[in-house]
Amino acid sequence: MFRLPALAPAVARAALRAVAAPGAAGARTAALSTGVPPAAGVGYPGAEEASFTTEFEFVDPETAFPMFQLMGPDGKFAVADDQRPAIAEDKELLLKMYKVMNTTQIMDTFMAKKQRQGAVSFIMTSYGEEATHVGSAAALTGDDVVYAQYRESGVLLWRGFSLDETMAQCFSTQADGGKGRQMPVHYGSKALNFQTISSPLATQIPQAAGAAYALKRSGKDAVAMTYFGDGAASEGDFHAALNFAATLECPALFFCRNNGYAISTPTKEQYRGDGIASRGPGYGIPTIRVDGNDVFAVYEAVARARTLAIEESRPVLIEAMSFRIGDHSSSDDSSRYRPDGERDKWAQVAPIPRLRSYIVERGWWSDDEDKELQDSLFADLMTAMRKALADKKPSLDEVFTDVYDELTPDLVAQEAELRVHLAKHGDKYDLGVFAPSTKA
Amino acid sequence: MLRLSRAVCSMPTRAFASTAVAAAGSGGDKLPGFVHKVVDEDVPQDGEMVEMNLFEAVNAAMDVALDTDETACVFGEDVAFGGVFRCSMNLMEKYGKDRVFSTPLSEQGIAGFAIGMAAMGSTAIAEIQFADYIFPAFDQIVNEAAKYRYRSGGMFDVGGLTIRSPYGAVGHGGLYHSQSPEAYFSHTPGLKVVIPRSPQQAKGLLLSAIRDPNPVLVFEPKALYRAANEPVPVEDYEIPLGKAQVLKEGSDVTVVGYGAQIYVLEQAILMAEKELGISCELIDLRSILPWDKDTVIDSVNKTGRAVISHEAPKTSGFAAEVSSTIQEACFLNLESPIQRVCGWDTPFPLIFEPVYVPDKHRVFEGIKAAIEF
Repeated sequence: MFRLPALAPAVARAALRAVAAPGAAGARTAALSTGVPPAAGVGYPGAEEASFTTEFEFVDPETAFPMFQLMGPDGKFAVADDQRPAIAEDKELLLKMYKVMNTTQIMDTFMAKKQRQGAVSFIMTSYGEEATHVGSAAALTGDDVVYAQYRESGVLLWRGFSLDETMAQCFSTQADGGKGRQMPVHYGSKALNFQTISSPLATQIPQAAGAAYALKRSGKDAVAMTYFGDGAASEGDFHAALNFAATLECPALFFCRNNGYAISTPTKEQYRGDGIASRGPGYGIPTIRVDGNDVFAVYEAVARARTLAIEESRPVLIEAMSFRIGDHSSSDDSSRYRPDGERDKWAQVAPIPRLRSYIVERGWWSDDEDKELQDSLFADLMTAMRKALADKKPSLDEVFTDVYDELTPDLVAQEAELRVHLAKHGDKYDLGVFAPSTKA
Repeated sequence: MLRLSRAVCSMPTRAFASTAVAAAGSGGDKLPGFVHKVVDEDVPQDGEMVEMNLFEAVNAAMDVALDTDETACVFGEDVAFGGVFRCSMNLMEKYGKDRVFSTPLSEQGIAGFAIGMAAMGSTAIAEIQFADYIFPAFDQIVNEAAKYRYRSGGMFDVGGLTIRSPYGAVGHGGLYHSQSPEAYFSHTPGLKVVIPRSPQQAKGLLLSAIRDPNPVLVFEPKALYRAANEPVPVEDYEIPLGKAQVLKEGSDVTVVGYGAQIYVLEQAILMAEKELGISCELIDLRSILPWDKDTVIDSVNKTGRAVISHEAPKTSGFAAEVSSTIQEACFLNLESPIQRVCGWDTPFPLIFEPVYVPDKHRVFEGIKAAIEF
């Protein structure tokens, strides 16, 4: 039987407490065990379970949170055959994972080139983090609400977001559900239960707590899943979110992509604790750290976290360790702050080749199929891009809509003012790119 | 952050008690200082009425909201036991801990959490304990709630979101229990901002805010929580957002304000009409965003003069917006410069409050300046 830490409720709580005081094993345990329990009724309300101790000690944990891994960089399982996760035998699922991970990567390369050529204004790639997207998305159901930061396009692709929809958003065409208002990569999809991405970091984290609370009240067996980076976790909203989710008993999954950098800032300058995972127990939240380059570990962690969150109405924190192989964005050159060769080293242990080794070894995949996949994806991307380039931008009718449910008198007046202006000076603007107005 | 105790905050203030006495002396309405009888056509007059103060009216509105909408939840700091101003009194007992609850002490958390609930289609009625403490939630309100619908192309919205917060001078609130932050939010497309002046208004406007399909901020004049009393309909009713109300018709000058300042304006008008022999028109904006330009413009086109007053500091206060709009729309009818009578451009001071607030004497001088120009 496959075993993981933090499973059954009682086990989870015990594990949590153990982890809550890393280093508790050994000397410290001995010190704590000599403590005098508070007499009945005199435990301070702020920490009722704390024992008294006469031994002076600053708690200063040194032991790092363990990192859950099932498959190493060589594509071989690190666990015995009978402890492999059930999905190890699920050829169909694994091939879908592999294909979506490749789609993410090939789309990133394609779009990055188009950005360099000036065809699109901005792009952010996900190189090295494809397993965190696909492994986690595969463990969710369509009822689960997703809140993303911006580097999670694989989650949307997994859920069925088409290349046409991707291109429509990045090229701000009239086919974009977001009506061309936001920068590229700020995807959203009502049909896919994926809340629209916004630029301010970490704002989505407390929102996910609130969404989870509403889901719980509605009686749905669903969680709110939110993704964020190690940098975003320094925002106040991260703190608010975890504390709210714990105290208000929300089935929210907090998924941190710890990729080592927030733009140019290495994690050493982001925090001095043991990553993001070490913070979870402080909030009373069951927590696990996983190898984010191992799609099996990510999948198992999220699947089990989801079950725990729903069954116990509790949030779970998952810290997926990986490395941001690409630049932060198309506006960034990471060679200015990262040592030469670092990204090559991480490419060696990247998630895609790791899963590839496994499926090739099983005889489920071949070099020829890789070539076919790449060729067909490239052709699909070209088709989708040509379509997006040929499409009109949204109509100017959409400048003023959706600020409120209805146009206010001021907005009606300002729209009229704009139309009068354009009637006079339309030749100074490139109005031909916009779809025609549907207004008389 | 410092929070005044309930006992201190919920007491009617000395400054307010004096206006209440003045009102009683003038033999008028029980509302502090309010002598002009106003029948609001949006407030049903024929059903059962119960005498309520403003916090009771807010409580009654939330009671109706919880009763008529199963998704509605009321939450914020210290909300479960009834709130530091008693606005959520008895609601937890009536509707359960999962619908009326206290949150950790974090304003950005309250706003973010409420946005998440609203995004799921629930009705989120969040409380920020004092408007002075809404600033930690500024990012969530301005960058998130206000832009949620627009940025998603209308796919998602947080229309179920309402944030209530006590605002304004209270006699001894100092820097952080006195602020009027409405102008900060009036600069934010996507938000609605509402300020009631009385119990009747509070109930009707709050119910409209809760049911409006857009995020709404409701700033409640805390000085009136206990000081203002009037009969309030027991039934469910709404007062439309974005509509001002002419409280008193007049022909010589238009006086514009909102919230607790309305009572100051009324006192100043009484003085001005008596001493200067003029006729003043008093308008309660009620909604700051979107605001009712037409009612103000029509009035100033008639009177030719305007005085705008609010407790918040003058520079970039909402009076500037009103003034500029009047100047654009009523230029040919204006007979004197538009007067703005506001708080000074300083933080809100403790011991100097009597000379900081735009009291009736300063408003009187503003009216006089408009008339005698």
